[in-house]
Order: sequence, then structure tokens, then C-alpha cells
Amino acid sequence: MEQAANVAIRREAVLPDSFTFGGVARVSTAPERVNRKADPRYLAGLLNAVGRNRDRDAFAELFQYFGPRVKAYLMRQGANEALAEELVQESMIMVWRRAESFDVSKSGASTWIFTIARNKRIDALRREKRPEYDPDDPALVPAAVEDADAMVEAAQQSQRLSVAIKTLSKEQADLVKMAYFEDKAHGRIAEETALPLGTVKSRLRLALGHLRKALMEEQ
Amino acid sequence: MPAHHLSDEILMAYAAGSLPEPLSLVVVSHVTLCPACRAQMETYEALGGSLIEEIAPVGLPDSALSDIFARLDDEASGPGEADPWGRAPARTPADHRSVDGSVPRPLRDYLGQDLSALNWRSVIRGVEEAEIALDGGEVRTRLMRIQPGVAVPKHTHGGEEVTLVLTGGYSDAGGHYARGDVQVADPTVDHQPVADPGEPCLCLVISDAPLKLTGPIGRWLNPFITY
Ligand SMILES: [Zn+2]
Repeated sequence: MEQAANVAIRREAVLPDSFTFGGVARVSTAPERVNRKADPRYLAGLLNAVGRNRDRDAFAELFQYFGPRVKAYLMRQGANEALAEELVQESMIMVWRRAESFDVSKSGASTWIFTIARNKRIDALRREKRPEYDPDDPALVPAAVEDADAMVEAAQQSQRLSVAIKTLSKEQADLVKMAYFEDKAHGRIAEETALPLGTVKSRLRLALGHLRKALMEEQ
Repeated sequence: MPAHHLSDEILMAYAAGSLPEPLSLVVVSHVTLCPACRAQMETYEALGGSLIEEIAPVGLPDSALSDIFARLDDEASGPGEADPWGRAPARTPADHRSVDGSVPRPLRDYLGQDLSALNWRSVIRGVEEAEIALDGGEVRTRLMRIQPGVAVPKHTHGGEEVTLVLTGGYSDAGGHYARGDVQVADPTVDHQPVADPGEPCLCLVISDAPLKLTGPIGRWLNPFITY
């Protein structure tokens, strides 16, 4: 039953012309074929297929979509091409191994893969441990029921965020991207943009407020 | 639900992966105890997910995918990890059984199971501390245990200090701090915390070395310093 539901989700996806099912060999990473943003439900369906059924074709599609993006992310963070490609491999192997723990009610596929790539990056480029909270921690204080109900579904949240990012001013969007893609404290960002630190902080704060508001608004 | 939280800026920096390890440890320990900041932090991780989808992709060699499959196949036939095609080992309930729940799991991972086995040293009567081994550069990471009702002598900080309450509580001029609360003290704050009566107050404390205001914590917390 679950399998059937999965396939249904995958058929509904908005990407059929650029992503077809079939053998692994056909997968190409040509950027022009993967430039468009995918439907988050489709991506979540692929990740579930990997987690539940060890589905190699689904994995190949995830790789085709995320591999070149993760590589770009790592290179923005200062990795050279060879290291970036090695870390893409390691990240995607981690995706394969951990796919079962992916929970679509908690996060979107892109968020889940972003956190894996981010942690690999910290591990490799900064040689630091990366503490993470554990959702099964007996010490974890759960959200109140009404808060949990009010939480926007992960896939929906991801869609709203991408819409909201487009409404940021160019300056704001650039700062947010610098904060995520370049391992820099806000002070360094201030240096490089030749803006006073206070301005960087207040612009980032405005951008964050804007995004948060966009998330909470009713559709 | 804690009353004193982390700033959005720090939660975002954690999500982006740019915080130093000691501050990350404070963040994950706080979000374990604070559903509001946890949700906020996850929103910032979702922002990262959204941004990584919008990044201009950089092509991978055609062999990249088959290399991954080959690597998994190799590992499957050779020694090493049990079943690379299989699933990641899940934490079993037994891993959690011996944990008393007072210390968030990520912090517990640094401490081991038995707090009394740590290398506690007395600071003053009723106040003890134990260093946490962590490569934090100039940042000190430690647990502090203050006996009920004990007042920590009035002091100013040489550097930035971030305190997360794990058990018990304390009060100072800034207010009352209980389990899950975070206090950020900058060097100009002259404070004298007094532990609540009842159980001992256990805190995770990270501090920047005196006069190291441009160190990793100050960089994040002090909005007035240019560097
Ligand atoms: Zn909080």
C-alpha cells in the first residue's frame, strides 16, 4: 500500500520532463537539466522510496538534483573542486544510509540534505565536532500540542520560504546567502560588504523577520 | 518552558553552521529544553534547505553516481562497516536507559554517563566546576555546580560568558534563571548570582578568555565591537 502511495506521489510531480524513471546509466548531471527547483513533495517521495525500499532509481534522481547543488555549496564554503566532489560522495552516501530516519512531517528533503552537507563541511573544513539535538532524547521538552498543530507542514514551509526569499530586497537576499554559504561571522560580512556591522546585523534581522512573517501567514 | 532564550541571530548562525563548537553545544542543549527556539532553529535550517536548492549547480563528473554505487558495493563485500547498503544503526532505547534526563543528550555525549566521575574542583565553598574537554580555542567550556542558597562572589567578566541552567536555578540583578534558561553576560555586567534554595544549581558555562573580546564568542554576542 505504502509503495503504491509513493508511486502516486512521484507521478504527480511537476518534473516529469526532466526526470524520468529508468536505469541509473541515463542519469546526467548537466546543469541545464537540473536548474529548476523541484516540487518538495516529489523530493520527499524520492527520499522515502530510498528509506523504505532501498530504491536505487530514486536515489539516482536525488543525486542528480542535489549532487551539483551540494558541490556548489561546498565550493562556496572554500572547498576546492576535488574536495567538494569527495564530500558530495560522502554526503550522498550518508543520505543513502540515513534515508530511513527522514521524517517528512519534521523537515523537507532539501532541509534534511542541507543539514547533512553542512555537517560534512564542518567536519572536513573546520575539523570540529558538530553537536546536534536528539529528537529521542529523554530530556527533550516536547512542544505543546497546540503549537505542534500550528506548525506549518514541512513541505508547505519550504514552498513558502522560497516564495518569501524572492520578495527580499537584493541586499537582504545577498546578506542571507552570505550568512549561509560562506562560513563567516557577521563581522566578516560587514568587512567585505564595507557596511557597518550594525547595518549588517539590522538588515539581517529585518530579512529574518520578513521571512518569518511570510511563514506564519495563512495561504 | 524557559523564559530566557537565544537570539535569532545565534539560532540562524547555528543553522548555517557558522558557530564555534562551544556555542553550538549551548544551542543544542537549549533547544532540547526549549520547543520555541527548537522550532525557530528548524525554520532557519529550512531556510538553508531552500537556499541550497537555489544555488547555481556545479556539474559533477559523469561517473560520480556510479562511483558512489561502486563504493557502497565495495564496502559491502569487504571488511569494515557491517552493511553499507543497509540502514544506519538506530539508537536503541538501552542507550537512553541509564540517562537521568537532567542533562541534554548532546551535552551528555561530551560528559559521559556519570557526572560525579568528572574532575570537579572547588572554586569557593559551595561552588565547584569541571572542565569539559572540547577544542574551543580560547573558549573555556565547563560545568558549574552551586549549592543551594550560595552566593557567587560579585564579579565582572574578563570576557563574554554564556550560562545555560540545567538543574536548579539562580537569581541576579538581571532576573531569575531556571532549567533551560540562557544568560549572556558581557564584560560590563557586574553580577552576583545567588543559587535558589532546594537542589544544587548545575550550569553549562562557556566563557571567552579575559580581554579576548574579538574571540569566537564575542564576535557573535557583542554588537558594539568592530574588528
Ligand atoms: Zn528558547
